[in-house]
Amino acid sequence: MSGIRFSKEHEWVKLEGDVATVGISPYAQEQLGDVVFVDLPAIGKKVEKGKELAVVESVKAASEVYAPVGGEVVEVNAALGDAPGTVNEDALGKGWFAKLRIASKAELDELMDEAAYKAYCDGLH
Amino acid sequence: MRFLPQTDADRQVMLAKIGVPSIDALYGDVPKEKLLAQPIAGLTNHLPEMEVERVIGGMARKNLGTSEAPSFLGAGAYRHHIPAAVDHLIQRGEFLTSYTPYQPEVAQGTLQYLFEFQTQVALVTAMDVANASMYDGATATTEAVAMANRVTRRKKAVLSGGLHPHYRDVVVTHGHHTGFETVVAPLDAKGKEDLVAQLGPDVSCVVVQNPSFFGHLSDFTRLAEAVHAAGALLIVAVTEIVSLGLVTPPGEMGADIVVAEGQSLGNPLGFGGPYVGLFAAREKYLRQMPGRLAGQTVDVDGRRGWVLTLSTREQHIRREKATSNICTNSGLCALAFTMHLTLLGEAGLAKLAALNHAKASRLADRLAALPGVKLLNDTFFNEFTLALPKPAVPVVEALAKKRILGGVPVFRLHPAPEAENLLLVAATELNSDDDMAALESGLKEVLA
Amino acid sequence: MSAPANVNVNTDTISGNRGLMIEEPLIFEMDVKGRSGVDLPDVPQHKERLGSLKRKGAIGLPGLAEPQVVRHYTKLSQKNYAIDMSVYPLGSCTMKHNPRLNEKMARLQGIADLHPMQPVSTVQGALELIDTLAHWLKTLTGMPAVAMSPAAGAHGELCGMLAIRAAHLAKGDARKRILVPESAHGTNPATAASIGYEVDPVPADERGRVDLAAFKAKLGPDVAGTMITNPNTCGLFENDIVDIADAIHGVGGYFYCDGANFNAIVGRVRPGDLGVDAMHINLHKTFSTPHGGGGPGSGPVVLSAALAPYAPLPYVTHGANGFDLVEHDDGPDGPKGSFGRLKGFHGQMGMFTRALSYMLSHGADGLRQVSGDAVLNANYLLACLRDELTAAFPGTCMHEALFNDDFLEGTGVTTLDFAKAMIDEGYHPMTMYFPLVVHGALLMEPTETESKIGLDRYIGVVKGLAKRAKMGDAEYFRGAPYHTPRRRLDETLAARQPILRWKPEETKQAAE
Repeated sequence: MSGIRFSKEHEWVKLEGDVATVGISPYAQEQLGDVVFVDLPAIGKKVEKGKELAVVESVKAASEVYAPVGGEVVEVNAALGDAPGTVNEDALGKGWFAKLRIASKAELDELMDEAAYKAYCDGLH
Repeated sequence: MRFLPQTDADRQVMLAKIGVPSIDALYGDVPKEKLLAQPIAGLTNHLPEMEVERVIGGMARKNLGTSEAPSFLGAGAYRHHIPAAVDHLIQRGEFLTSYTPYQPEVAQGTLQYLFEFQTQVALVTAMDVANASMYDGATATTEAVAMANRVTRRKKAVLSGGLHPHYRDVVVTHGHHTGFETVVAPLDAKGKEDLVAQLGPDVSCVVVQNPSFFGHLSDFTRLAEAVHAAGALLIVAVTEIVSLGLVTPPGEMGADIVVAEGQSLGNPLGFGGPYVGLFAAREKYLRQMPGRLAGQTVDVDGRRGWVLTLSTREQHIRREKATSNICTNSGLCALAFTMHLTLLGEAGLAKLAALNHAKASRLADRLAALPGVKLLNDTFFNEFTLALPKPAVPVVEALAKKRILGGVPVFRLHPAPEAENLLLVAATELNSDDDMAALESGLKEVLA
Repeated sequence: MSAPANVNVNTDTISGNRGLMIEEPLIFEMDVKGRSGVDLPDVPQHKERLGSLKRKGAIGLPGLAEPQVVRHYTKLSQKNYAIDMSVYPLGSCTMKHNPRLNEKMARLQGIADLHPMQPVSTVQGALELIDTLAHWLKTLTGMPAVAMSPAAGAHGELCGMLAIRAAHLAKGDARKRILVPESAHGTNPATAASIGYEVDPVPADERGRVDLAAFKAKLGPDVAGTMITNPNTCGLFENDIVDIADAIHGVGGYFYCDGANFNAIVGRVRPGDLGVDAMHINLHKTFSTPHGGGGPGSGPVVLSAALAPYAPLPYVTHGANGFDLVEHDDGPDGPKGSFGRLKGFHGQMGMFTRALSYMLSHGADGLRQVSGDAVLNANYLLACLRDELTAAFPGTCMHEALFNDDFLEGTGVTTLDFAKAMIDEGYHPMTMYFPLVVHGALLMEPTETESKIGLDRYIGVVKGLAKRAKMGDAEYFRGAPYHTPRRRLDETLAARQPILRWKPEETKQAAE
């Protein structure tokens, strides 16, 4: 899974062309427990890096999902509406949240690669 | 002291175990000069049951209760007959002395009645979903406005001139301090207002009441269409829930949120509280609803059961991002409501409503025939507005001297000149023909 | 000796009932059309005045006769735990005995049958009752004023914070920030945020108190006030409270005290002496009005002289002609300054009556014993359990004892599992995972109405469970409870596919 980047807030982002797919990491879904609802942004919404993109809820917690990169929302994963558990089952794949047309590729460079993120998570225990 | 089981001997043993010489020593973190050494002066010391009964009973006897006099008071609180089983059952300790059902395995009783309550509220209002109750009708109304603001991302509420003045004032207070605008329509004593002209791209909701504060019944279907076309929500308040046994429910007229005062079923007048706010909405707005929700699920053995659900909307999880700060609701009042409605059933509610309407209709005929008295309503359920030939406040005072509780002066709730001569009169199943005759002759004398 | 007779016997019943644990359907599943549990007189002749608004379709309410209704609710009640049964040690919730005299007083003719809009000349006794309760509340707290109308604790918070906001606005000084400790009840930040304040969290120090240095560092001219619970949610008295009050006043802010735990200090400490500007009092906690499965509550708010002018409508006054009720003034922008109206009518009269009944029963001397015994009982729990469980903080506590989950480390048992095992032992669990500042928190509040014998029994059970957890019996805990009407419920399913009301089968099928 090359090219994937992670934020300290446990979002991941994968870039294809100028469109970035965003989701939450396996570590994040495990911390949350069973996901019961995902509040997705409206298509066309412009969001800055580090600002609230979505909200993910488990039975006992609600967490903001912050945009790991800035951009405009061009697609959301509507399938999560009926099957929020996909976030638990396949966080890095079918459990994606939204696709953003990004403004600056440079913002991606500030994020961690897979190895750095793994080391970061290990340090949290 | 009858509520305190520890004896002095117990206390000594316990203090020894803790390792401190006295109870006072446990207050070591309190700044010394702030810790009181003696019972606070200016208050009585402990009393036996019989003495407490004497004191509070003495206060009660200074009042004129509605059960001691012909009473025709409404204006958002109605005197109905409560079946004996209701008050008996709500006093079962397992209901009375339990907490919010956060541990569902030992609270299935509370959770199941809340689920039944939610269903009953949704049915009578003809809405999709209802919550497990709010404080009262007025606070439910302001919560509904806040919810409409969230749903529409707009900040302007239009309030009907037929909305109960307390409900209106609570919304206006809330708006004033939380940053939404309120447009208050002029008092609508005749039930003729048209709010369509108030709509605009910044309006989040229109709040109307049915029957209105003045008793008028309105079909809001056309208003709902206009409100929806303008991208806003229609909130319908109901202050007399018994009316829905006979009257078209708000859900059938296009309401998006229905709020109501549930006191009329199961709950005594009690000088204004505690009452029970009802809150129902369209399913698509579910996640923006305030308050607790009981939901159906299964346990590990696959048996049907109930839990509190969608709690992530609430303050104990969402903290500053919660849909509302509400925590405690009106659990026991909701229980009284659901018990009364269960006893009534479909047939009972319909008959109770018909009886209320019949009593009020007959009373209106009698009072409208008095010289100088004008009935302002073409339509009403169990309450109507009279225009008197003189100010209503002294009239009501004069009736009270005759031990008749003759109605609620509009001026009491809305002290404006146009309200001065208006009197709200309600009749319920508890008003006998003798009561009505007493009011009729009393009013005639007072007006003469 | 013969083996127990029930070994290897299938104990499933035909009905699904298990002795006194009787299954109970929904009222909608017991419907017989046309049946009612109420007899009403015939509807007299009248002119119909419904216009076009006569209801057309059926509502869909079920028909049951009175015996069915009485059994239904009796059986439901038997699935609930209650203070009337045993210790209900929910920390921060104050589940104390609810005297039955209170219920009797609230049902008196002349109280229960009063309409809120009767002429004030006919309700002088009711206004006297409210005024008497107000006198007790003001005297016990050492505060000059009280707003009676808030319907519950959170509603009281709103009342107090609106008074603070109004006081700032009156000075032409709209401020932005409210300092709230991380250990606060969720209602505090929710309330402050709901009226547009920015919530600035203040960390706790290692003693479980507000970090005074961090608190002072956050102060500034944009701070409107602070919301602090005292005694706090860790069950500790904020011993820097006077410094905190002075500091907030020093920047022109106000001190809102969350009075949820007033039961620990009533009769011994007056919040007015500590510099408090506003504090709500949960009548359903300190003053024994019943919790009723989640309400109703009542949350009068005592106010300092600085905030009193902004108190909500209505309020009781008394003069030469007896008591009066002030229901109107010039509005929030007017010269008289009340911030407005919070609810319909005048407040939770039924709760006022119960609370006054309780206060008169205890008196000034008894209330002092109430707080003392509540603190004594909590410290006894703490002292007896601290060897087997792990206390969150050293030293004594106030009215509740707080433990963390260190004692469960490595056992595979969580705080939740431990709580569920308590249920099988016949006890309602303590508060879990709150306050948030303590890992896996177990917060126990016995209240003053538990006897030493009852506490010893409870302590024996909690210690036994801790021992059992440490012995490696995690499987047992994860499966608990076993002996309840329902075992662990699937909350994920409930939230993913919400079913919030009953629907007739045919509607369900039609929708599919």
